[in-house]
Amino acid sequence: MIALLARDLRLAVRAGGGFGLGLAFFLLVAVLVPLGVGPQGDTLARIAPGILWVGALLACLLSLDRIFALDFEDGSLDLLATSPVPMEGAVAVKALAHWLVTGLPLTLAAPVLGVLLYLPGPGYLWLVVSLALGTPALSVIGAFGAALVVGLKRGGLLMSLLVLPLYVPTLIFGAEVVKRGAAGMEVATPLALLAGITAGALALLPFAAAAAIRVNLR
Amino acid sequence: MELTVRNLSVARGGITVLEGLGFTLAPGRALVLRGPNGVGKTTLLRTLCGLQPAVRGEIAAPPEGLAYASHADGLKSMLDVRENLAFWAAVFGTGPAAVARALERMNLSTLAARRAANLSAGQKRRLGLARLLVSGRPVWVLDEPTVSLDTASVALFAGVIRDHLGQGGSALIATHIDLGLDEAEILDLTPFRAATGALAQAWGDDPFLGDFA
Repeated sequence: MIALLARDLRLAVRAGGGFGLGLAFFLLVAVLVPLGVGPQGDTLARIAPGILWVGALLACLLSLDRIFALDFEDGSLDLLATSPVPMEGAVAVKALAHWLVTGLPLTLAAPVLGVLLYLPGPGYLWLVVSLALGTPALSVIGAFGAALVVGLKRGGLLMSLLVLPLYVPTLIFGAEVVKRGAAGMEVATPLALLAGITAGALALLPFAAAAAIRVNLR
Repeated sequence: MELTVRNLSVARGGITVLEGLGFTLAPGRALVLRGPNGVGKTTLLRTLCGLQPAVRGEIAAPPEGLAYASHADGLKSMLDVRENLAFWAAVFGTGPAAVARALERMNLSTLAARRAANLSAGQKRRLGLARLLVSGRPVWVLDEPTVSLDTASVALFAGVIRDHLGQGGSALIATHIDLGLDEAEILDLTPFRAATGALAQAWGDDPFLGDFA
């Protein structure tokens, strides 16, 4: 399984691997929104938590269909299914690899982009905390969505439609954490709910995704 | 460690293609599956490997004993030959020594640092088949292994299979060409074609449809 993680990370950073795709998208959103909304600091400060979270979510969504589609096309998913690696483990590892090349860079880049959006001072800590807690859920839920459409040609749109509703709770609580944090309010409740969603997704969805892949490989 | 199949029926796309199939593959033996296109060779192999459920019947296989080589080689074009193979060696837990041996055996040593994207079709195929060697598994399930191999490579691969049989392994091979494995038994799948498949065949003779031919 470590070999699978190492391979996925290596493929991601080689040419055409898609590393930085999500990050570049996130950067574009954060740069373009102030241009579109205008330079009023108070307006931007009010919408910053939401914009940053929506940007991060869409950036994650961008690279999801690659999680399994490439392995399916070149036949390595078949071979993985017949290997000693349990499919549940393979799904978890591939979701982890997706998070390492997408969610983690987004989390680290977010404070820098927060400056562009006039995010109030206390919000930076909670922005990083909420993204660190929330983006793993985005990757795991996304892996589940990708598993559902593996084998379909042009499954990307269908996958987005399936995954976006599942992303909504993470988005709501994630943005709420930043919003409250920026306003200096108590963040414990949305933070606990955000962590709960992530924990639940991590515990359950690898099994669901593995089952979906087995059905799709038939 | 033998592979036994009893009264097996397999289906593709919900239509049973083969039924009542039975055979035993003992260690040290090779079984060549023959039959026209669409008879269900690939479906049978995928069922044996557990990629799809059997309609009915029994498959008794050694646990984690099958190594499957499908039409697709499962290569990552951005990884080089050695990295591709090393990944599968790590997955199957066999280690770098097995990789070096497999590269040597499949005549890929000189290409070890080349990216899979830059290999020819036959070289890709050899790399795909080298994965069998690093899997360390006793029963090889091969689906058209000789596609895009030249005569020399076919002979090379036949030698690899023969060595594998000599070490107590076995091989189930779906192929149309003669691998030169004289000791291999041959199983023609045509008599096991399912009745529903025959029905579909009969529709093909429909005079109405025949008018369009």
